Amino acid sequence: MDTLGARRLMKKGAEASLYLAEWHGLKVVVKVRIPKKYRPPALDVQIRTYRTVHEPQLMHEAKAAEVPTPLIYMVNVPEASITMQYIEGQQIKQLLNRAPEETRHELCMKIGDLIGKLHRQGLIHGDLTTSNMILSPEGKIYFIDFGLGEKNSEVEAQGVDLHLMKRALQSTHYMFWEECFKNVLSGYSCVVGADSAEKVYEKIREIERRGRYVEERKQ
Amino acid sequence: MYPPKNVKSMNNMPADPKNEESYCLGIESSADDFGVGVATFKGEILANKSDSYIPAEGGIHPREAARHHAEVADKVVKDALTAAGIKPRDLSVIAFSQGPGLGPSLRTGATVARALASYLEIPLVGVNHSVAHIEIGKLKTGVVDPVTLYVSGGNTMVTAFEAGRYRVFGETLDIALGNCLDVFAREAGLRHRKGLPLGAAVEQLAAKGKNLVSLPYVVKGMDLSLSGLLTAATAMLQKGCPLEDLCYSLQETAFSMVTEVTERALAHTEKREVLLTGGVAANKRLQSMLGVIAEEHDAVFHVVPLEFATDNGAMIAWTGVLAYTHGLTTPLAESYVKLRWRVDKVDVPWIR
Repeated sequence: MDTLGARRLMKKGAEASLYLAEWHGLKVVVKVRIPKKYRPPALDVQIRTYRTVHEPQLMHEAKAAEVPTPLIYMVNVPEASITMQYIEGQQIKQLLNRAPEETRHELCMKIGDLIGKLHRQGLIHGDLTTSNMILSPEGKIYFIDFGLGEKNSEVEAQGVDLHLMKRALQSTHYMFWEECFKNVLSGYSCVVGADSAEKVYEKIREIERRGRYVEERKQ
Repeated sequence: MYPPKNVKSMNNMPADPKNEESYCLGIESSADDFGVGVATFKGEILANKSDSYIPAEGGIHPREAARHHAEVADKVVKDALTAAGIKPRDLSVIAFSQGPGLGPSLRTGATVARALASYLEIPLVGVNHSVAHIEIGKLKTGVVDPVTLYVSGGNTMVTAFEAGRYRVFGETLDIALGNCLDVFAREAGLRHRKGLPLGAAVEQLAAKGKNLVSLPYVVKGMDLSLSGLLTAATAMLQKGCPLEDLCYSLQETAFSMVTEVTERALAHTEKREVLLTGGVAANKRLQSMLGVIAEEHDAVFHVVPLEFATDNGAMIAWTGVLAYTHGLTTPLAESYVKLRWRVDKVDVPWIR
């Protein structure tokens, strides 16, 4: 059953190693959640197992929400590995800073549209950063890395999700994060509707005020 | 804004500036510690004195902390000057912790700083408390461009320098790590005693814990949430779960969360140094976890020595030197405290 060819390390991330391999003639990515020596083995197994099982489920449900995600071919729970489709393309992180203004606007609107579709379906990505989005040559944006995601329809979870997107834009695309986030929100609003969007925006403001040392929180 | 040049002439300028050392006195008073440090412009710390407010019960009462600071201020300033072997007139600049922190505490330190600067007719520099933690850590450990995990009673954040500022890569969405441990300890009936902070008491008990109790592990992107963990641990305590096991589980779960976030920032920024600072940096278990991830990413790991990891005046003095020597001063009219002054709002022109 496991007819994976030789694996070639593509990227060693913080949480998982990504390998390129061939599987039944298909180019695939094997994502292996490596054991973390810093945490107790019981906690380590619990975290890796949970994420390995949930990530493919969420990726599958994202497709039903019309959000492109890689196809899942195989899940190996004891090894904490997921074999999935290799997506040709470029990370949004790599191209956003040097894209012309108009393209940047379009990409951000599209990202907002996709986040809206996830939320409308009761899905939370959990780690919305521009490294977790791939633009394919045919112009589709794929969302990857659902390891911190969850099924949740609460405004609170949606607010945190978008707050994280904002934070990612601030740290990685600080030159024009405001414009980018505004476009993300407008794409988002088009999908979920102005009323729902307004509730989420209000929640984002509330989440920010909750944080320590935020200027706008008044005594 | 005084240009430093003019100000220097106000001070009794030595005949040959090359042979004379310049000094900065720094005042830290953002929370329960009132600290005064003296740094030379070359980066020697000549004094680092403090006096801590220890609440009779419960957490820090801001008004009581401020009252404490006002009572000990003159003594701590005198001690610091004596330890440094200098007179007030030898000082070139006064730095103070301008935020973030507790209002009444910060205001007390700021008032002392303003009084000294006005009396001595030397410039005042308002310093960001979080920036100061990172800068003293760099000075004392020799790291240059680290990913810093700053964990204390009031702060939990992962920062790294990028494009003119320390950027926040991850932080708590609610309470700070030290606060989580302290509140749990108080719920368990532990008391803060001199020489044994609550966090140290939890660490001692945790060493005797054997069973890992399942507690909420909440990492959201690069941020984390600790309030649910605290609630769950407190609830388990009330159900009669052994305290040692809970201390152990609380530490393992919370520290794993901050370590995971730090590792992600390290992988993301590809920096080669990890710095651990803040009061919780004293915890050996947390140190060992961060040591592991640093090694896995070929980074060197440094823990800021405890005296300079907890809130201290030396860090304010040294950061005051950095700011002042790069043309930054704070006019009296702008020396109001900033309770929620985020680290990523501060320009740090002394880097690069």
